[in-house]
Amino acid sequence: MASVEVRAVRKVYRREAEEVLVLDGISLEIQDGEFVALMGPSGSGKTTLLNLIGGIDQPTSGDIMVAGTNIARMKGDALAHWRSATIGYIFQLYNLIPVLTALQNVELPLLLVKMSGGERRKRATTALELVGLGDRLKHFPRQLSGGQEQRVAIARALVSDPQVLLADEPTGDLDRKSAEEVLLLLERLNREFKKTIVMVTHDPHSAERATRQFHLDKGVLTR
Amino acid sequence: MNLFSLVLVNLGRNKLRTFLTLASVTVALFLFISLRGVLDTLHSSIEVGSRQRLITRNAISLVFPMPQSYGNRIAAVPGVRSVGVQNWFGGQDPRGAQYFYPQFAVDESFYPIYRNDVEIVEASQPTVPAAVPEGADPKLAAYYSEQTACVVGEKLMKKNGWKLGQTVTLSGTIYPGNWPLTIRAVYRAKNPAFGDETMFFQFKYLEQKGMGGSGRVGVYVLDLSDPERSAAVAKQVDGMFENSSAATRTESEQAFQAGFVSMYGNIPFVLNVIGLAVVFAILGIAANTMMMSMRERTTEFGVLKTLGFTDGTVFTLVLIEAAIITVGGGVLGALLAKLIVTGASTGFLPPLTIYWSSVALGIGIATLIGAISGLIPAFQASRLRIVDALRRVD
Repeated sequence: MASVEVRAVRKVYRREAEEVLVLDGISLEIQDGEFVALMGPSGSGKTTLLNLIGGIDQPTSGDIMVAGTNIARMKGDALAHWRSATIGYIFQLYNLIPVLTALQNVELPLLLVKMSGGERRKRATTALELVGLGDRLKHFPRQLSGGQEQRVAIARALVSDPQVLLADEPTGDLDRKSAEEVLLLLERLNREFKKTIVMVTHDPHSAERATRQFHLDKGVLTR
Repeated sequence: MNLFSLVLVNLGRNKLRTFLTLASVTVALFLFISLRGVLDTLHSSIEVGSRQRLITRNAISLVFPMPQSYGNRIAAVPGVRSVGVQNWFGGQDPRGAQYFYPQFAVDESFYPIYRNDVEIVEASQPTVPAAVPEGADPKLAAYYSEQTACVVGEKLMKKNGWKLGQTVTLSGTIYPGNWPLTIRAVYRAKNPAFGDETMFFQFKYLEQKGMGGSGRVGVYVLDLSDPERSAAVAKQVDGMFENSSAATRTESEQAFQAGFVSMYGNIPFVLNVIGLAVVFAILGIAANTMMMSMRERTTEFGVLKTLGFTDGTVFTLVLIEAAIITVGGGVLGALLAKLIVTGASTGFLPPLTIYWSSVALGIGIATLIGAISGLIPAFQASRLRIVDALRRVD
C-alpha cells in the first residue's frame, strides 16, 4: 500500500513579476515502510517536494496523498493537526529550541495532544532513550554535539509516533562519524519500527542506505 | 512542561531585555498613577465638604475680606446653629519659603464645628484656668488660655520635628511682622481629606496684631441645624448683604472646595496628558521590543508550525508573552504607586490619595498596551508561512 502518492504535482513560486517553476509535473509513489532518498543538485526542487509531502507548503496543482489523505488542498488548522499526527520532520540544522532542554524539545509536539505531564515526560524520555540519549535529558542544545542534537531532533520527530518521517539533509551538517550514527538510526527506525522515511540528500553514500532513490533535476524526476 | 511554561521559558530567554521592558512599563505606570493621584487628591479635597456646612465669602473674590460684624447677623438666620471664622494667614516658616504649610486663623467656634473631622491627640496642660467653648475638646484648654497658641496637624509636627510647647515664629506676608506661635495642641484628621498638615491659631491674635482691630474676616463657616434648609439659608444670608459694601456668596462647603480646585485651571488636564504621553511612549517601546524578540525567533515559529502548532496557538503564545510583560509591569507600577505615594505630603492639599479606580484604570491601560504591543508581533508570527520562516527553498 502506498504511504505517499504524488500525482502530477507542479509548484510555481512568484518572485515579484517573475514566475519560477520549481516542480514540473512530478508523480511518484512511496510504499508503506519504504526508506527512500530524494537526490539532486541544488535548486532541483527536492526540498520543495519534501515540504509538499510534509504539508508545510502547497502545490500549485496536482494531488498529494499521504497516509490516505489528500493534503493538496488542505489548509490552516486542519493541515496543522494532520502534520502533528502524521509527519515527523527532521531538519538539516536540527532546529532545536535553544532555551529548552533535550527532554523539553522532545516534549514539544506532545503539547498539542491531550496528555498528562507525566505521560508526556515518559514518552519523551523513551524517545530519547531510543536515540541513545537517555543520559542527556537535561542537557541544553548548546551542551550537545551536532550528532547528538540531530538525534534529539529525530527523537522529537518520533515522539508522536508519526507514520511518515521526512528528513531534509539530516547528515548535511555532521561529521562522518555522527552522520553514520544518524543513518544507522534512520535505518533502524525503518526496519524495526516500520516507519516510512523520505530523506533528501546530496550525498550518494547516504542515499545508498535508502531502499530506493529518486533523482530530481530542474523540477522533474530523472530516475 | 506545558504551553504556559513555554511562554515563561521564552520570557527568560533574554532576561535583561525582559527585565528592562517590564521595568519601563512599571515606571511608566508608576508615574501615571502618581499623577492620577494628584488629580484624585484634588477631587478628594472637595469631599472634605459636609452637607451640614456652608461657607460664606466675599462675592467678588475669596481674597477680599468681609466685615466681622456679619458674623452675628449670619448667626441669627434661622437654621444656622453656629458660625465660625476662618482666615488665610499666609505666613512664612523661618527656615524659608520652601517649608510651606497652610496656616489659618480661626475663632473659638471653629473647633466645635469640625469636632467630627479632627481629634486632639496631644495637648499642653493649661497654666491658667480657661473656658473651653461648648462642643470643643476639653484638651484645648491651654490653647484657649493663650492668645499666641496654635494647634498643629500631627504630620506637620513630625515633618518639622516640632515638639509640643515649642514656639514657631512665622514671618507674615499678608500681615507683616513676626508672629510667634506656641504649639499647645496636636490634631489628627479623622477625615483623611481634612489633612494633617495645617496650623490653626486664634483669630483674635490676628485681628488685634495684624488688622489693628479692624475686624475683617476671610470666610465664615456656617454650621446648620438642618442640612435640608441649606439652599434657603444660603439665599437668606446672601440676601442680607446684597446691597452692602461687601456682598457675600454662600455655598456648600463642597462647592467652595470645588471652586478652589478649579483655580488650578488646566493643571489636571496637563497632568493627564503628561501621564498618557509617558504611557504611550512606553507602548511604542514595548511593541518594538516584542517585535524584535519575535523577529529573532522567526525560524523557531516555523519549527513549531512544522510540528503541528496552529496559527492560533502561535498567536496566543506571543500575545501572552507580551501581556505578561506589560500587565505584570502595569500591575506592579500601579500597586507600587498606591503603596508608596498614598499619604505623601503635598503641603497645601490633603495628603496624596490614589483611588482604587485609578489603580484599575492604570492596570486597564497596561492591559491595553499589552494587547496593542503584542497584537502586531502575534499577528505576524501567526501569519508566517513555514517555508518563509525556515528560509530554505532548495
